Amino acid sequence: MEINKDNIEKKIRDEFDPTYLVVEDCSSGCGLKFDSVIVSKKFEGKQLLARQRLVNDLLKEEMTKIHAFTQKTYTPEEWEKKQGKDAANPEGQAKASGACSGICENAQK
Amino acid sequence: MSSSFLFRRVIQQCSSVRPLNLISTRFTSTTLSPSDNKTTTESPSTVDPQFKKKIDDFVKSNKIAIFIKGEPGAPRCGFSNAVLQILNLHGCDFKSKNILEDEQLRTTMKNYSNWPTFPQVYFDGEFIGGCDILLGMHQSGELVDELKKIGIRSKLSDVNDKNTPSTPSS
Repeated sequence: MEINKDNIEKKIRDEFDPTYLVVEDCSSGCGLKFDSVIVSKKFEGKQLLARQRLVNDLLKEEMTKIHAFTQKTYTPEEWEKKQGKDAANPEGQAKASGACSGICENAQK
Repeated sequence: MSSSFLFRRVIQQCSSVRPLNLISTRFTSTTLSPSDNKTTTESPSTVDPQFKKKIDDFVKSNKIAIFIKGEPGAPRCGFSNAVLQILNLHGCDFKSKNILEDEQLRTTMKNYSNWPTFPQVYFDGEFIGGCDILLGMHQSGELVDELKKIGIRSKLSDVNDKNTPSTPSS
């Protein structure tokens, strides 16, 4: 299956039934890059590492070909609190933006 | 500190990264032949025991051990640079390995950590995660507490005490 934003979104949606999901395609000369924000009840009771491992396992095949994948994972409660904070402090609102600066070995080729 | 702000800051600080005299040493001394550069499907059980022991020793004998692309003074990846910047903000000493210089290490660490990407961060021999996780911990204030657990007093301890983190950790 082709690796693209829609396919990745569908996989995440099918597995995590998120209440909020954003997958951004930030691919560049370095390769395939995606930023994601996933809000799901399935993350409740799990530390960050465990959450990300779940997502990594889901996208195991894709990960072998993707250059960079960032994930911000929240429970619905955490997301609501964060939205409240962001509304109070618009300057601090986190926007998913990859830190890939295009200076890795891929870009050097 | 928002992630977008931090990322902008770390990119801006690229040129001002404190040059640390921590040139990564290689675990392997042999050059891989082209036929060795195949996509690996190595499982943890097939990791060379001697090589695994070297990794074990490295992560367990250093309070903070990181596997990055590039060197602390010259990171080759924005995510690796973000990890370096975060650790510098907290005033942490650490040891690093440059996975770009060692293909066997690069391949092995994905199995060793069961983590597909770099950077990879270890505290006291325990895998913490990558850039996203370290950034999340930094933003929530959790990183100060985690450093305290391994006997490191973060430079941001006082700031953390003043701004009691409210983000729940699950």
